[in-house]
Amino acid sequence: MSLFANRIYSRTITSLPTLILFLVVILGLNISIIYENYDFIINFSYIIVFFWSLKKPEHLGYGLIFLAGIINDIVQSLPIGISSLDYLLLSAIGAFIRNRSIIYNLFYDWISFFIAILIVGSVNYIVLVTIFKIPIVYESLILGLFVTFLIYPLFFKIFVWIDNLVRVNQNDKKNR
Amino acid sequence: MSREMGRDDLVISARSIFLNKGNRRKFSLLTLIIVSIIILSLEYFKTGPINQFRSVTKDAVFKTSYFISLPFLSLKNAYYGVSNLLKVHEENKQLKIIDLNIEELKFENQFLKEENIRLNALIEEKTLFSDNYHLTNILLDQKSPFLRSIVINKGFKHDIKIGSAVRNGSYFIGKVVGVNYLTSRVLLISDLNSKIPVIIEPNGISAIVSGNGSKFIGDIEYLPEKNQIEEGHIVYTSGADGIISSGIPIGKITIINSEKFVKFFADFDQIKYVKVYFKK
Repeated sequence: MSLFANRIYSRTITSLPTLILFLVVILGLNISIIYENYDFIINFSYIIVFFWSLKKPEHLGYGLIFLAGIINDIVQSLPIGISSLDYLLLSAIGAFIRNRSIIYNLFYDWISFFIAILIVGSVNYIVLVTIFKIPIVYESLILGLFVTFLIYPLFFKIFVWIDNLVRVNQNDKKNR
Repeated sequence: MSREMGRDDLVISARSIFLNKGNRRKFSLLTLIIVSIIILSLEYFKTGPINQFRSVTKDAVFKTSYFISLPFLSLKNAYYGVSNLLKVHEENKQLKIIDLNIEELKFENQFLKEENIRLNALIEEKTLFSDNYHLTNILLDQKSPFLRSIVINKGFKHDIKIGSAVRNGSYFIGKVVGVNYLTSRVLLISDLNSKIPVIIEPNGISAIVSGNGSKFIGDIEYLPEKNQIEEGHIVYTSGADGIISSGIPIGKITIINSEKFVKFFADFDQIKYVKVYFKK
């Protein structure tokens, strides 16, 4: 591979978490599902922000998380700033867990993620319903959060694989 | 002693999380959270320079989003193109078998034309918006549980105003709920918050069509208890709100488990271009 192509590849691999987050918010890739009159949304952006804030915060800066939230609000037609607040809260919880914990495993992360999205979901609901008077179906919100929680392990595995790619890439750089 | 240590640990953790900028970071978490809250509070300003800035930012994000989504859109269009082709092929096969009576169809067409004129006269169709419309493409197609909307490529620069009717072909699909300088957001009729005054023909019964999140059917509210609505009756906009012009077809009545719904004429999955009506 030429030096230029190598550099492009290396940049892309290192920026993958940021790229994935921005693609999800810009294209509105959070999947909306209708099941027996309940319409809910799987919030991939929550998983991305939480995982990378918990595991490798150096790959996803707070400024970028904030910007992604602003874009998400514009695309989803939400009050501008609410998603940034949600994502930054998730980052704060992720960072807190990283600071306080010694053991790292999928189960521990999964439970932490559940608590984190419940807190963020509550803040989201309170702000949207009480301050902005936006009608939100509570059951849809809870169902969406629960399904997001259920699929976390799948994304955990994918992101661990991406993280390994990044690590291999960084080791290559050092050895060169 | 240990409790004090625990508290100190917690304070140190909180300080490191919220105040430390860390490696290669320009902002601390606390700064960004405060900025988010300030931006959120600016939502209360609906006019003036803040609103203009918001409008320009939204335009920029919508246009960027559109260009980034182009490869994905072409994939989606290719999928629908192939499935449509297969449908047409199948339909063509069936049409070859059926012996069409052209004369009978001509009479039926004439009858429908006359009925249309009669119905238009019945609901006093206004020609307020009928000629002034922009044909525009869709920049974003947003479907979340809390919002079924599309973003179109026309804004207040093109005389679009809140409440303007939006059609796909001849069928009503929604109305404009937010206008930026170059783009506008259209609330689809299938959205939970959509309430459109309608008239059901041929009996001329007034009601409200309300979205329920489904892209195929909508609810009918405020129907008289004793009504003679049957499967297949056509639902038009009534224009009772004074904004949307009357007589735009929305869908036809379908009865599911003895409950009446509107089956939309428009296929929300395949909308590429829409007509947005405006008043000069």
